[in-house]
Amino acid sequence: MIEHPKAEELVEAVARWIDSVRPQLGPRDAFLARVASNALSVVRRELQQGPAAEAAAVARLSAILGREGTLGDLNADLCARLRAGEMDAATPGLLAALRANITELIAIDQPSYAPEPG
Amino acid sequence: MSDQVLEGLQRLAPELAGEGAGIEGLQRLSGGASMETWAFVLVGRDAREELILRRRTAPMAPEEGRSVSLATEAALITAAHEVGAPVAPLVHLARPEDGLGEAHITRRVAGETLGRKIVTDPRFEAVRPRLARQCGEILAQIHAAPPPPGLKTVDALEELGRYEEVYRKSGAERPILELAFQHLKKIAPPPAPPVLLHGDFRNGNLMIDPEQGVAAVLDWELSHIGDPAEDLGWICVNSWRFGRADLPVGGFGRYQDLLDGYAQAGGREIPLSRVLYWQALGSLKWGVMCLMMYASYANGAESSVERPMIGRRVSETEIDLVTLLENGL
Repeated sequence: MIEHPKAEELVEAVARWIDSVRPQLGPRDAFLARVASNALSVVRRELQQGPAAEAAAVARLSAILGREGTLGDLNADLCARLRAGEMDAATPGLLAALRANITELIAIDQPSYAPEPG
Repeated sequence: MSDQVLEGLQRLAPELAGEGAGIEGLQRLSGGASMETWAFVLVGRDAREELILRRRTAPMAPEEGRSVSLATEAALITAAHEVGAPVAPLVHLARPEDGLGEAHITRRVAGETLGRKIVTDPRFEAVRPRLARQCGEILAQIHAAPPPPGLKTVDALEELGRYEEVYRKSGAERPILELAFQHLKKIAPPPAPPVLLHGDFRNGNLMIDPEQGVAAVLDWELSHIGDPAEDLGWICVNSWRFGRADLPVGGFGRYQDLLDGYAQAGGREIPLSRVLYWQALGSLKWGVMCLMMYASYANGAESSVERPMIGRRVSETEIDLVTLLENGL
């Protein structure tokens, strides 16, 4: 692990600087600065939560598909099987696994998003 | 650019408001890659009128989507106006001799279009509970209007096919989107008699007045002919509820109010399940659009930080699609 500073700390420092200059910017740049600051928040969350989320997603998809592989391989394999009609919404455990994966992804992408009520 | 617009409008002013009329306060409101919106005041001898100019600045690229021409947009606004739907009425469709390019001028209607304000600002608290019903009534009016010539007709399977092709070309491998495509194709409802659709009827394209409610339906460029439930489903997509996921219609109302307003204004009976089908298709479409915005950054066509960040909104459509599938769509 590279430290002093960690990647999260660098990201945090840049985000703080962007927020400090935002009030001096014109409307378009102020908007883009807010987007940039949000982008850094995504990066920070991905640094912190991404590895565990990815490992968990790999484990869930491996169980559904009965094989091993990287997240990219497993997603591609699952897509191919869905497209071929070998798996669908009724496949036992599939929706539960997809829900668990997407819940962890949205916690990185947009934790404040209010999802469709169940 | 600004000079050309000002000159064109000054030249046109006497025709619109009598001899000696002119233009004041010309101001650019927004501009995309191919379309500009300007606000200005038309000053006649005894009246001032606030107007909006929309003009295309780059030729239409038909492969980029199904946007209609501004002439068709003008015809749509007029058709909707004639059946009583609230619109910003057409004032003038630009001719070649006006020197404004492809453009039209409409009245400027006062109100708020920002979805988040409409669902949270206390100014709209009193009118909010009435909006879903109004939306239903207005959609029934639009759906009963005679479509102007030149609009495409699209049903659910064609719409899915179009977006699936875009998704395939993107090279993305997202199981939830894949599952949604296959599932929605499998359970597509039998086609309904097609009607005129607004095509982008959602919170964000509605001018809302704190007292009257919906004061104008804006942005007609995605209008086409199709299943009436498409318009009802689109305004229920969670991505336009601006945090009020508990209020499925635009973040301000309930399904039953939308459907009641629709039926009461003479709309054909539409089961909620059909609205939910189109809502899911709408989430899927928005997911693919988010992927495309990311792609426009990844391939170097756009460099703004906004584009890749919109790519991270694909996951919001995926979590909503999983819920809709779990709920037995």
